[in-house]
Amino acid sequence: MGETKKTPFYERHVAQNGKIVDYSGWLLPVQFPQGLVEEVHDTRNRATIFDVSHMGEVSVEGKDAEAYLQKILTNDISKLKDKAITYSPVCYPNGGVVDDILIYRINSEEYLLVVNAANTDKDYEWFQENCFGDVKLQNLSSEYAQIALQGPNSESILQELTDISLADMKFYRFQANVSVAGVNSIVSRTGYTGEDGFEVYCKNEGALTLWDAVWEAGQKKELRPAGLGARDVLRLEASLPLYGHELSQDITPLQAGLNRFVALDKQDPFIGQEALQKQKQEGFNRKLFGLEMLERGVPREGYLVMAGKDEIGWISSGSYSPTLDKFIAMAFLDPEVAKQGEEVDVAIRKRTYRAKITKMPFYRRDK
Amino acid sequence: MKYNVIDGLKYTQQHEWARPEDGTAVVGLSDYAQDKLGEIVFVELPDIGAEVEAGKSAAVIESVKAVADLYAPVDGKVTEVNEALLDQPEVINQDPYGEGWVFKVEVKDESQLDKLMDKPAYEEFIIKEEEEE
Repeated sequence: MGETKKTPFYERHVAQNGKIVDYSGWLLPVQFPQGLVEEVHDTRNRATIFDVSHMGEVSVEGKDAEAYLQKILTNDISKLKDKAITYSPVCYPNGGVVDDILIYRINSEEYLLVVNAANTDKDYEWFQENCFGDVKLQNLSSEYAQIALQGPNSESILQELTDISLADMKFYRFQANVSVAGVNSIVSRTGYTGEDGFEVYCKNEGALTLWDAVWEAGQKKELRPAGLGARDVLRLEASLPLYGHELSQDITPLQAGLNRFVALDKQDPFIGQEALQKQKQEGFNRKLFGLEMLERGVPREGYLVMAGKDEIGWISSGSYSPTLDKFIAMAFLDPEVAKQGEEVDVAIRKRTYRAKITKMPFYRRDK
Repeated sequence: MKYNVIDGLKYTQQHEWARPEDGTAVVGLSDYAQDKLGEIVFVELPDIGAEVEAGKSAAVIESVKAVADLYAPVDGKVTEVNEALLDQPEVINQDPYGEGWVFKVEVKDESQLDKLMDKPAYEEFIIKEEEEE
């Protein structure tokens, strides 16, 4: 790991008394003085602004861009339209996951991939290793800043700063070369919170202008800052996977329940397709389930889950959920034993606590 | 001082407070510690009658993001626990020196209490710890 990096917004976080931590080599705020619980409520009920500049961006250009992406992505992008976005795992030949990413299609020969901060270098090497034909890859991660504006007030805040009609932008759609407060940006209706919202990308040079304009426009609409802590709880409530927890080189997308992002019948096979087809047929001994604690106790990553005296799996992410006022977790459990509605025990230190297997997502916003 | 430190209490380096009371000590978490932990969502109390040891974990306090041990400030037998915290652990955030007390312990050796920090010493200790962060 190299030295820590600051995003263009670092001084803003310090000025807001954000508690700064080193996250995958980036100095980012984990929470602000109002606290994680308030930040979650702010996001669900009003709007919050997150610095997500640590995310990596890789451009893919060339005549063979689509064929290349079809090979490295488990999802089928042949029907992806211009200005549309899709989500996909990227797998190793054995079906383990390199990363889970977003794919922005600018046109059939031009794409932008958004990857996890901790995986950026590893991903870029993997992308290059598997590259073929007329494809040009560029790691733009260090050039781009990214703001996530999340929550029901997001649209009206951002609309003040741009001429494009945000009401006409559907979920998982985007537009490039948009002027936001005079800064050339990519605006997408995406997020990692389970809430409506936007992610805005721009070059580092314009980043502070953009941030300050969004902040200013948000003041009338109760916009507040939120940190990585709230982001993690929000994504857990929405049951969105996090690489290193629900996905890893040892956990396949099928185990994580991401079947609809895995096109097992792709004609030109993707890397890992054969292994995943085999896994689908043969089954697996651990699959992702939702847990809700029936007794008060905080389920945390790594805690074991028991059915009677038998260990049937482990918790991959868990927390108090401010939105539901419950303790919730995602857990990899033996699918032979684990059934929705059934009760299990979570081992926390010296004793076990009752929990119920529930369906996910834990939280879904009203549309 | 940004944090509330009360006169008449004794403080440990792990940020517990102890208040001597008729041969026992009432034990809780300092205002500084509750602030650092953030929103407290769970408390695991010791059993009444359990023998605790100075400097060893006697209770567990959990916030949304962290698990923290609460260490016994002195050796002795637990005589009472604050069961109200089981349903309302956030009381520690709201009133760390009052309703947020965690347990009471019989004091065997008064000198263990004497060795703990008083208000001025603890304030100095917090300032140093903040600077090191």
